[in-house]
Amino acid sequence: MQGNTVTRAQLSEAVYQEVGLSRNESAQLVEAVLDEIVDSLVEGETVKISSFGSFVVRHKGGRMGRNPKTGEEVPISPRRVLVFRPSHVLKDQVDQSLSQGG
Amino acid sequence: MIKSELIQRLAEANPHLYQRDVERIVSTVFEEIGAALQRGDRVELRGFGAFSVKRRPARIGRNPRTGEQVQVAEKHVPFFKSGKELRERLNTEDGE
Repeated sequence: MQGNTVTRAQLSEAVYQEVGLSRNESAQLVEAVLDEIVDSLVEGETVKISSFGSFVVRHKGGRMGRNPKTGEEVPISPRRVLVFRPSHVLKDQVDQSLSQGG
Repeated sequence: MIKSELIQRLAEANPHLYQRDVERIVSTVFEEIGAALQRGDRVELRGFGAFSVKRRPARIGRNPRTGEQVQVAEKHVPFFKSGKELRERLNTEDGE
């Protein structure tokens, strides 16, 4: 399933091609987009991007876990986890391009 | 925060840009990620997280109401795993 890996560099290049700012500024703006999302999530806010998906912060309670190697019980403290819920649009696009007859 | 609010915040932080350009920047970022996933590529954004596509093989499912067996086709679904740095920030800077 895994082909190429896309990184910030390709996203910046796409912004550069699309918007016509300098390469340097395009890279800074891609970073700014990610930073705004992260800041929002750290505040506990849900980030909802229409036709892409939502990033939701969920709270998980503490529980006792177990080290599978030693069998030892270890407490797992309450924590916040990030869940990405892809939109129907994104799910359909991905499935239609990759599944046979999907 | 929804997409228009994200655009608004970026526009305020970058007053030298046209709002229209900020909109295109935000749209381009998500469109590129979407396009990569449609090709089956992985999108790796250090510190933020990684998007990838997971394949769910075809299986025999069951209609929970009738108990009838149904063939469920193979499926490809977008997946996101948050990056280490973001996970750490979520658990050190409590927003509440």
